[in-house]
Amino acid sequence: MKGVVIGCGRVGSAVAQGLATEGWDVTVIDENEDALARLGLAWRGGFVIGHGMDTTVLESAGVREADAAVVATDGDNTNIVIGQVLTQRYEIATVVVRILDPARAKFYSDRGMQTVCPTQTAISGLLETVRRTTPEPAAS
Amino acid sequence: MYVIVAGGGMVGSNSTRSLLEMGHEVTLVEQRPDRFARLEEEFGPVAMRGDATEIIVLERAGIARPPDLVLAVTGDDEDNLVISQIAKEGYGVRKAIARVNNPRNQQHFDLLGITQTVCATTSILGLVEHEMPEHGLVRLLELQKEGLIVAEVQVEGGSPAAGKRAGGLGVPAGSRLISVFRHGRTELVEESTVIRPGDQVLAVVPTGSAPELRRALLGGSK
Repeated sequence: MKGVVIGCGRVGSAVAQGLATEGWDVTVIDENEDALARLGLAWRGGFVIGHGMDTTVLESAGVREADAAVVATDGDNTNIVIGQVLTQRYEIATVVVRILDPARAKFYSDRGMQTVCPTQTAISGLLETVRRTTPEPAAS
Repeated sequence: MYVIVAGGGMVGSNSTRSLLEMGHEVTLVEQRPDRFARLEEEFGPVAMRGDATEIIVLERAGIARPPDLVLAVTGDDEDNLVISQIAKEGYGVRKAIARVNNPRNQQHFDLLGITQTVCATTSILGLVEHEMPEHGLVRLLELQKEGLIVAEVQVEGGSPAAGKRAGGLGVPAGSRLISVFRHGRTELVEESTVIRPGDQVLAVVPTGSAPELRRALLGGSK
């Protein structure tokens, strides 16, 4: 399977390594050459330097042949636009988009986008943990 | 009418000023504190501080009314695209005009259905072509959705088209000569119309075929 990961920060690099470990052929895109270091010395996948809004960059990373793409740059709106381009223009079957703002994540997931919102996950997790670990007040 | 302007740079602030002078109601949204302070000084409560790509900010600006027009004119193309999408798809705003900062992003706006866009670079290049008559072909109007341009071609004495019938010129597929302007009058072009030196020919042509049309009428590579 061929995967493309856009944005090689903490999240993107770990997702790329995870997929590669499972046998995927992965290419990572990042604007910053230094981001390659996050993938580690053992990285055998592809790495393209450039912006994910640039279709020549996307195409040289192999989006035409990709089975899945993960969009995780540090800009919500950049991710939203790239995600839609990958789905609509390149017709990639699985496109997952990271959106930090819960309201925007909901807006686009309501419209069919596969979104992951780490902020919402944190909010839910924190609330749930507080509820679970706080003793019930004694009945008076 | 009611207008939300997203982005208070040169384009946004000048648009706001003009719209207010025309008597329209405007809310201008700007994120940067330094810029916002200047805008608030000039526009008072018309200026609002916030990130216009955040739904809560747009709602505070009155996106749910909805406005008659949204101008998405920040310096960031992704932001302009998202603002336009939220306005149109989320709140039924009829008209959203988006600024395209980098002409290479135009294709993304087209793909995602944001059809009303303004790109300064493309406009300036269009003017440059208009000011270079030796170029031979002037793009008068670009119909993006249709993939057509309306162009004007100036025929000279040495042009291969001069003295020939319109029907036999071998213009590119999908293109059509509409009219010739000569001696201060416009005539519709028919198969039998003979093109003469000095004619200004008006034509529609598929966007990619403009150079081919120019060669058919004017010859050469230049």
